Amino acid sequence: MVGEQRIRAISDGILALSSADQTEVVVLANDSALTRFANSTIHQNVAETDCEVRIRVVLGQRIGVATTNNLEEVALAEALNKALAIARLQPENPDFQSLPGPLPIPEVRSFSEATAHCTPETRARGAGAICLLAREAGVVASGALTTGVLEIAVANSLGTFAYFATTQADVNTVIMSDDSAGYAEALALDVNHLDFEAVGREAIEKCQRSRGPRPLEPGEYPVILEPYAVQDFLQMMTYTGFSAVALQEGRSFMVGKIGQPIVDERISIWDDGLDPDGLPLPFDFEGVPKQRVDLIDKGVARGVVYDSYRAGKEEGRRSTGHALPAPNTFGPFPLNLFFAGGDASLDDMIRSTERGLYVTRFHYTRPVEPKQVIVTGMTRDGTFLIEKGEITYPVKNLRFTQGYLEALNHVERIGREPRLLSAMGGLACQRVPALQLSRFRFTGATEF
Amino acid sequence: LKEFTDRALNLAQVRGATYADIRIVRRQTQNITVKNGVVEGLSDNESQGFGVRVVVDGAWGFASSAHLAPEEVDRVTALAVQIAGASALFRTGHVRLGPAISHVGTFRTPVQIDPWEVSLAEKTGLLLQADEGLRATPGVRVASSSLAFWRENKTFANSEGAFLEQEIVETGGGIEATAVDPERGEVQKRSYPNSFGRDQRQEGWEAILAMDLPSHAPRIGEEAVALLRADPCPSGVTTLILGPTQLALQVHESCGHPIELDRVFGTEASYAGTSFLTPEKYGSFRYGSEIVNMTADATIPGGLGTFGWDDEGVPAQRVPIVREGVFCGYLSSRETIEQLREILGDRAPQASGGAMRADGWNRIPIIRMTNVNLEPGTWTFDDLVADTEDGIYMEMNKSWSIDDKRLNFQFGTEVAYEIKGGKMGRLLKNATYTGLTPQFWGSCDAICNADHWQVWGTPNCGKGQPGQVAHTGHGTAPARFRNVQVGVIG
Repeated sequence: MVGEQRIRAISDGILALSSADQTEVVVLANDSALTRFANSTIHQNVAETDCEVRIRVVLGQRIGVATTNNLEEVALAEALNKALAIARLQPENPDFQSLPGPLPIPEVRSFSEATAHCTPETRARGAGAICLLAREAGVVASGALTTGVLEIAVANSLGTFAYFATTQADVNTVIMSDDSAGYAEALALDVNHLDFEAVGREAIEKCQRSRGPRPLEPGEYPVILEPYAVQDFLQMMTYTGFSAVALQEGRSFMVGKIGQPIVDERISIWDDGLDPDGLPLPFDFEGVPKQRVDLIDKGVARGVVYDSYRAGKEEGRRSTGHALPAPNTFGPFPLNLFFAGGDASLDDMIRSTERGLYVTRFHYTRPVEPKQVIVTGMTRDGTFLIEKGEITYPVKNLRFTQGYLEALNHVERIGREPRLLSAMGGLACQRVPALQLSRFRFTGATEF
Repeated sequence: LKEFTDRALNLAQVRGATYADIRIVRRQTQNITVKNGVVEGLSDNESQGFGVRVVVDGAWGFASSAHLAPEEVDRVTALAVQIAGASALFRTGHVRLGPAISHVGTFRTPVQIDPWEVSLAEKTGLLLQADEGLRATPGVRVASSSLAFWRENKTFANSEGAFLEQEIVETGGGIEATAVDPERGEVQKRSYPNSFGRDQRQEGWEAILAMDLPSHAPRIGEEAVALLRADPCPSGVTTLILGPTQLALQVHESCGHPIELDRVFGTEASYAGTSFLTPEKYGSFRYGSEIVNMTADATIPGGLGTFGWDDEGVPAQRVPIVREGVFCGYLSSRETIEQLREILGDRAPQASGGAMRADGWNRIPIIRMTNVNLEPGTWTFDDLVADTEDGIYMEMNKSWSIDDKRLNFQFGTEVAYEIKGGKMGRLLKNATYTGLTPQFWGSCDAICNADHWQVWGTPNCGKGQPGQVAHTGHGTAPARFRNVQVGVIG
């Protein structure tokens, strides 16, 4: 770890040196390791130590950004000068108002010493536990186990200084036989809270039950989606509509719908960076404290997330604390999403299905039409036919092409045990339940 | 730098490594984005560091750091050895790398105009001019244009005697118009010269001059708005002609990924998936029709998959992948080619095809595409359209999805045109097509000639854990496919 003291010294040094009207320093220090396994053995095992310094300078309404991971004084000064040169040589951005001023940062804790000091041997034993279970079961394990510390600091010339250190440990596995596969994953702050054997057993059981899949005609079926599949709803709705930039550009499914019902009244989705049921992060990459933002409340579209630049485009709007690192043309982004749970168990859902499909997970999903959030993708790692309240047999994977908003208007039941899952390659997390939907459109099939 | 590389390699061997390599990488990038008349993003970025990869007790370890100093080289090397030792706790076999690699040399991307020598004023001026052209048509809600420049200097050395220095320079640019119909809540977009931001080439500023973004901008804006009023692509089974950029995506997804030998051997199973092109199919499986020839060629000037040596020190090569429709080659590494030889014996290539590439100093090399190409055929584009009685022309990718063995795919394009009686007809929107890879390529009955053939850059290919982004190239010319299911929108 670089530590708050040294990071403060780095940012103070840059701020003192800067001749800009406003200057921002974002420091992202990363100390992470990943143990990857396949064919029930460890085949990749890596570690990384990095510290990126991102300098944003403002001259009037002209902005320049430069980054470096060389922490020597000369290199930092050079990066500052690059940012200044960029700002001087570009036209003014009339939409830019100001960097955010200092705001009180809520206290949250999101750090585990065990994760921060996790050794290669501990990771190997975690991965090895899954590999050994798979070998015993006569199937093949692959997956990855990650542990890491991320330090985030934001300082600016208006007096902002915010520092936060967080840890994360996650494991995922795909278990395969000759003709089947199963999946499981787990995410925690503390590596000691990951139950590797439980993760392995869940995926192995799914793989064993998936053996001998039969072809099934594509068409419209009732579905039960495990949380791994439901997570894709959040990801696609985030990409297509939960950001102020999509709303302001008219691309979001929320355009003209704020205050109106858009999905089933039992659906609530919000972002909350302070909730300890997620992986808390108290401020964004401009140093603005995270606010809870209700995106959809009881089926009604309520709002989107903002950073200071996008908030500045609307009269009276303030940042909700969802900026990504500058220069961010992607727009503000919710990193801590929650999908409200219901009262049903997976067994309740299966028992109440006359004929339908049980889906573990989606693969390679892409939006086909963003305004209606129509998405295509494949099922993967365990798809089953349900008949008369029981899972009868596994089926070969199917392609779906389905409007997600439409699907969320056909909710039968919502799972009572939302799971915390990693998103965006570990940069975000989402807590999601299982869903039972009365119809879902499958438009193609594959050969396995 | 040899002082650092020697230090790491010596220490690794002293600590028990039977193989070690080190890469020292410095990457500079510059990205400029203009949106609706405003420079929204302009950044200059630099990242440097080194990564040490070792084999200890038959297992891999890798550690990396941004801090290039002697004591950090020692710490990181020792950590790589410790990590390899941990890997060995659960290994089932020994890493075998085949013949030693000991090349020494240098490689530089040939560049006519260094993009870092072009002023920011000229760069932003060009984008602002293009932006104005995009917004010239009422109805364009978002005009976006961007430039990207990349320079990577890397030094590779291994314990077998290799010492290689390379400088790769890439230049990319593109424009995009998004039109919105607020009444119907509809969004359409058009891009040039490729979708998702840009096309990119291993060239200098001359690549941007050749794109001539400002002169194409008005047409792109007009087409985006015209799509709002276009008829939707009908649903059915028909003849499909794919334009060059969509075909580049088709080659990337349905040929490039399934020929990656790490996917074939299951080491990407937990993330990207595996492959239907299993070793018993090597040399005999009918992948496409007899006119389909594909290569993986890391030597093409301008291609994003071009280099002197891969990140294991293996020289750039041209590898046949599909010959007259028959699958005959993989993208490979030193380790995976040894595994393939265990299965196929002397039917397999004797040495790596040189496809190990790492996304910077902090990532290990994994098998990545180089330039995976559909070789040109014999048709002119005009003759191809004239020869098509009834069909649809689709171009420029809008959405893409394919299963985890790379068989079932569904792709959507920004634009499509009906073909009737050998002539291009009405504009169509929301075009999609779907199929199974071998059947699709098996239905290919015409490919345009070398005059229509161009290498396109894909600067955003994701793979691996932790995630890596590779820059790959794909040479294509328009081609025709029969009996394709089109118009799946859900």
